Amino acid sequence: MRVINYAAAIREAHAQLLDADERVFLIGQGLWSPWYAGSSLKDLDRQFGQERIFDSPVSENATTSAAIGAAIAGMRPIVFHPRMDFMLLAVDPIVNQAANWSYVFGGQIPVPVVIRAVINRRGEQGAQHSQALQAMYAHVPGLKVVMPATPYDAKGLLIAAVRDGNPVLYIDDRVLYEQTGDVPEEMYEVEIGQAAIRRVGRDVTIVATSAMVPEACQAADVLAECGIDAELIDLRSITPWDKNCVLSSVAKTGRLVVVDAAWKKAGFAAEVSATVVSEAFEALRAPIQRVCLPDAPAPAATVMEGAYYITVDDIVAAVGCTLGETNSRRMQRAG
Amino acid sequence: MDEEAKELDCEHLRQVYRTMVRIRLFEERVADLIESGEIRTPCHLCIGQEAIAAGVCAALRRDDFIWGAHRSHGHYLAKGGDLKALMAEIFCRTTGCSRGRGGSMHICAPEVGLMGTVPIVAATIPIAVGAGLASALRGDGRVSVAFFGDGATEEGHFHESLNLTALRKLPVIFICENNFYSSHLSLLQRRAHDNIIDSAAAHAVPGVRLDGNDLDEVFSHTVAAVRQARNGQGPTLLECRTFRWRGHVGPSWDRDVGVKRKEELQEWLKRDPLQHTCRHLLQLGVGHDVLDDIRQAAGLEIDAAVEFARRSPRPQPSELTEHIFTSSQETSAQCA
Repeated sequence: MRVINYAAAIREAHAQLLDADERVFLIGQGLWSPWYAGSSLKDLDRQFGQERIFDSPVSENATTSAAIGAAIAGMRPIVFHPRMDFMLLAVDPIVNQAANWSYVFGGQIPVPVVIRAVINRRGEQGAQHSQALQAMYAHVPGLKVVMPATPYDAKGLLIAAVRDGNPVLYIDDRVLYEQTGDVPEEMYEVEIGQAAIRRVGRDVTIVATSAMVPEACQAADVLAECGIDAELIDLRSITPWDKNCVLSSVAKTGRLVVVDAAWKKAGFAAEVSATVVSEAFEALRAPIQRVCLPDAPAPAATVMEGAYYITVDDIVAAVGCTLGETNSRRMQRAG
Repeated sequence: MDEEAKELDCEHLRQVYRTMVRIRLFEERVADLIESGEIRTPCHLCIGQEAIAAGVCAALRRDDFIWGAHRSHGHYLAKGGDLKALMAEIFCRTTGCSRGRGGSMHICAPEVGLMGTVPIVAATIPIAVGAGLASALRGDGRVSVAFFGDGATEEGHFHESLNLTALRKLPVIFICENNFYSSHLSLLQRRAHDNIIDSAAAHAVPGVRLDGNDLDEVFSHTVAAVRQARNGQGPTLLECRTFRWRGHVGPSWDRDVGVKRKEELQEWLKRDPLQHTCRHLLQLGVGHDVLDDIRQAAGLEIDAAVEFARRSPRPQPSELTEHIFTSSQETSAQCA
């Protein structure tokens, strides 16, 4: 199969959607920029025209609302937020409007809009160019939230999101843009709400989201060298999320580590943990571990970023905690 | 007044008067039913402001879009929404226009282009812009009209929307129903000058301040704005100055706003939009009997709507999580 990177997969999904469905259009900041969206939207304006690829004024609220209004009027818009932080200026249209519209009108007026938010981090960008706010949106009824970790899913989930017919928040992470993988050339969908088991194992379940999937994959390699057989689940969607996949895995392993590169407090890892405690309590053989960001804004200084962000070692250590002291010592020796 | 704007002919004027009467009597009945305890959903009545909804919608096509806010019973009725379904929604029944999920502040009539009303102040202004953007991309000639109050002009939504529509010359009409009060605060307690209309020029959008209680004036300026929008010449802001007779919410006249407003109200009561139109019709030779018939028929229609609402079933708790998402079948039907 053809191998392309994550950013190219996103671009291809956009191009094919625009080509296949005249109701699809893009609005948001940076769409005509050669660098703002990495290569994930490169030259779409040249290919499809600047009417349909609308690089917008600095009006997150109005552009997001306009995408919602166009969706209600029968279009299939994708609104682009080059930083998830900036999207906070559009919380009213996302939370009050898009998420409520179907419900408050008794299911008669759908909002087939895709809201794309990019997480960026590191590079001394500081607190307002780095935030991962997925838990806020996962909290809200009426929104679907997807977080692809691979090029294959980046393409398939975007196509599924546009075709879904409901508001879907599509969150991609700049850290992943250069990751490569197999991506079919034709259009295909990845089902929203279905996780992927990236590695089968029997000792511990690691559930990861988005950019934490490759980190957790490396951690699983390290653990394997220590004789610890980790099962890795890539959630892919966090609303709805694949509860059954996680519960089945924990039923087998009895141990759970949740890795989500966002704040721990009231975060999505807490949702996964609470669900497993209430629905698979008997299966658990150790306390669940959450590997998340410290309860602090993102710092700027590189040295502090090193302390702030999640590393492979953090994930390995959390797995050690779930395995108890004997295994921890075994891991230290192997390390 | 725009030279080219046509005036309402006698027959059309009579129809629009009927719309105003239906709105007035509907709202008065709702007020009574709130006082008797039968209606519980918070209702923001538009009594005194009827000429704006009626005059604007009289200048629109059935397939043009309109969007409202918390005070939108009048917009719904003026665009042609089913009166029975509105009353049933205010009773929160399954036969309501939003199947009992919305209440007074979330009403819709998509079959006639009312795509939703919401009480987040100014929220539907940029949503209306989006429908205008859809029309522009499709080239289907439909215009999109946002109804909002004076309070909404203090939100960023409003200014972002004016800029966006001016930039792309979108077929959007901004109807500011300036009733001089946002909840309990008067206009000049919220802005340094009585200058909402100046926002139009600041964004290179044509703007007109007009008497919102004068049906002909509202209609003729909307006709001009619609023509401009359909011709691809972009948006218009109409500031329609009016006054709400009742309080911000509920049936009372001045509960929450004090003596000062009471004096203003006395002046505005002399400028009743219905009486204004009534006089015009009489001048045109329409008989008192015709106008009486209109009022009587509207009263009977509302009686029937109240009975319909009372008899209609309430949504069941077992249906609590229905409609959070729209199923794909419903979606394809809507988009077809």
